[in-house]
Amino acid sequence: MAQRKQLRVGTQWLYADDAEKLLREAIRLREQEEQRHRIEGHALPFWRQYIFSTDHKWIGIQYGFTALCFLLFGFSLMILMRLQLGWPGHAFSALKLLGEGRAPGGILLPEAYNQLGAMHGTIMVFMAIVPLAVGAFGNYVVPLQIGAPDMAFPKLNMASYWAYLTGGLVMLASFAVKDGTANSGWTSYPPLSVIATQGQTWWLVGMIFLITSSLLGSINFLVTIIQLRAKGMTFMRMPFFVWAQFVTSFLLLLAFPPLEAAGVLQLMDRVAGTSFFLPSGLVVSGQPLHNAGGGNPILWQHLFWFLAHPEVYVLILPAMGIVAEIIANNTRKPLWGYRSLVGAVVFLGFMSFVVWAHHMFLTGMGTLISAFFQTTTMIISIPSVVILSALFISLWGASIRFTTPMLFALGFLPMFGIGGLTGLPLGLATADLHLHDTYYVIGHFHYVVAPGTIFAMFAGIYYWFPKVTGRKLNDFWGRVHFWGSFLCINGVFFPMFLQGLAGVSRRLYDGGIQYAHAKAIAEQTNPFMSISAIGLLAFQVPFILNFFANVFAAWRGKKNVDDNPWQATTIDWAATTSPPLGHGNFAVLPAVYRGPYEYSCPECTTTDFVPQHVETAPAPPPAGGMLPEAAVAQREM
Amino acid sequence: MEGHAEAHEHVLEIPHNVHPRPDTGLYNAKLGIWLFLASEVMLFGALFSSFILIRTSAPTWPRGWEFLNVPLATANTFILIASSVTVVLAWANLRLGNLKWGRIFIGLTLVCALAFLVNKGFEYTHEFEEHRYPSTSNFLAIYFTMTGLHGLHVLGGVIVFAYFLFPGAKMWKTEPARYTNRIEVCGLYWHFVDLVWIFLFPSLYLM
Repeated sequence: MAQRKQLRVGTQWLYADDAEKLLREAIRLREQEEQRHRIEGHALPFWRQYIFSTDHKWIGIQYGFTALCFLLFGFSLMILMRLQLGWPGHAFSALKLLGEGRAPGGILLPEAYNQLGAMHGTIMVFMAIVPLAVGAFGNYVVPLQIGAPDMAFPKLNMASYWAYLTGGLVMLASFAVKDGTANSGWTSYPPLSVIATQGQTWWLVGMIFLITSSLLGSINFLVTIIQLRAKGMTFMRMPFFVWAQFVTSFLLLLAFPPLEAAGVLQLMDRVAGTSFFLPSGLVVSGQPLHNAGGGNPILWQHLFWFLAHPEVYVLILPAMGIVAEIIANNTRKPLWGYRSLVGAVVFLGFMSFVVWAHHMFLTGMGTLISAFFQTTTMIISIPSVVILSALFISLWGASIRFTTPMLFALGFLPMFGIGGLTGLPLGLATADLHLHDTYYVIGHFHYVVAPGTIFAMFAGIYYWFPKVTGRKLNDFWGRVHFWGSFLCINGVFFPMFLQGLAGVSRRLYDGGIQYAHAKAIAEQTNPFMSISAIGLLAFQVPFILNFFANVFAAWRGKKNVDDNPWQATTIDWAATTSPPLGHGNFAVLPAVYRGPYEYSCPECTTTDFVPQHVETAPAPPPAGGMLPEAAVAQREM
Repeated sequence: MEGHAEAHEHVLEIPHNVHPRPDTGLYNAKLGIWLFLASEVMLFGALFSSFILIRTSAPTWPRGWEFLNVPLATANTFILIASSVTVVLAWANLRLGNLKWGRIFIGLTLVCALAFLVNKGFEYTHEFEEHRYPSTSNFLAIYFTMTGLHGLHVLGGVIVFAYFLFPGAKMWKTEPARYTNRIEVCGLYWHFVDLVWIFLFPSLYLM
């Protein structure tokens, strides 16, 4: 054991490193106090603090709350659809909620079924999951994890939330217009969408707001991550969640404008009578359409999928980021293959721009183009497999803490695995000829997004709830929520693969019973799936109650955990209080000295982790571990 | 371009808001505007791609110069190019600490932008008088959509330059460096708007 340097502080003799720690702590506390004082001295008026807030944390909460409301709303639309699919033509009092125009006597009309389908997809993708994954988690967590005082452009951040809310409200309002809301599917394929009822125009206007919101948000995230990383937070020290958000923002930035262009063109088709997407000689309900013609419906599909394929990765990458954080934290080990994860996620981002036409094998693009997109689709599966494998291998040999967030994260892995593997046959043109537009496709992408992404979102909510409120959600009800949801959600989606393989088409009002080939399997599986869906709804109740009970307790100032309840290494936990300070995150902007996942490091003795902002491991310093001269001088003041 | 709320300027300081971050060499707004322009490239790229696809699949295609007003559009091209020069001069004068000439050049840029819009208005009116509407043919549909969207970008520039010419110029007194940055960022956007027109002009009017 080397000699430790001693020095006198006041009347006491202390070891130099102990004195150093005490002094740092004292300085930290004092600055934190001063910061609190300054913030309280400049209390903002209510509407600036809670409504038109520019604080990324509050905007994150606004996004999260709004998105969760839309998530529940989109889910309710699906429950109404499942009532009809499970028992076609049956009257349900729940369906009476839709009004006489949509469900006379509680029996759903086909037109109303189409509206529900189109809006379920739109709401879930653009108004629930993306805002939750990027708007809420990204806004709240990214600046904290990189050590930034706020987002780079706080006012722009506020604008993107309000653009999102406006778009969402326009979409909701469209339910009330004549002939109801959009009913051409979430993909809005022309020519059907161009000649559809006026709800489609509202849909387009709403989409333009949502796209604008995403564009502003993505610019903000990219600038924040590139410019506002704390001292020492190099790119390869960023938590994987930040990397996932970084790539996601690039996808949003570059993939959404083509959809905006497509939206403008479709709006022109509907409002100004142009024919961008209308071919010549179109006959609608026996009447020839008076338009210039010469347009191309396939053009919309290209523009739409140029967005919508990267959009799939926008949905999944933040989820992977959340799962990676939680797995590292609960296995108490560094993530396996951090560098390959980062490489994979960047490569995935690039590749996602050159696979879009695998959604269009049936449009007759020609074998050469099909072969190209089939090849790129097979290539893009490689980074996905790299990421999933790295996360699985991270579990190897760990003594896992089965906390509620960890359960959801562990649930994500096989569910995303099923979703991903069932996508391979869809990426091959030959198999896709049979499976295209069947329930197999629905099963595939719901496995990716519902038990995949949404489970990861729940994992994130359980994981970061103590950061936001200073309270942990109840563990028992969290487990009930997880196991109930896990069983029911598989009951909803797994039979879809069987239906799809049997050739049952999607978007059928009666679930397929009018077709001889589909009747048997539809009647066997649909009631079971609908009951599972209702069970799934029931198992969200514990979550909602658990969530609000703890939000109210936190609002009354009751904390039940300390600042770092999961013993995490990333600086969102370690360097700030829970909940963080008001406007402005850190009492002192932290400096970063190490990678994001230093769990169970060999030199640790008292704890099994070293936070990123800690300069030296909390073990006796090795021989010659003298303090810098500057610190000694400061101490002797 | 946007900073932080004025009420707590002395509490919350966003780093690299005015001065470049040493390792990236950029201040926040400059990076932000480049990213925004990247998304704009994708927006107009998608529109140009649609244009190419519709044109190549059309059996016949009208020639823009047979009925569009080419001299006026040529004049507009030169107006926009001139405004790109004046916006650089505005920034250069501000960098030298010369607010007066900076504002004069911002004003000239604004005048050019307004002149462009007025000319465009004459062109549109003429088309409507001749009963040529977006619904008439796919060529006119593309013409009105793309020049209209470009016109909206010009209008955006008009609003921003008018703001920085009058109320926004107050910032010069307190934070001259930040004001200069803002003009630089607007200039970058303005060059892009100019560049889109450089592509639109030959492909709609001359080909």
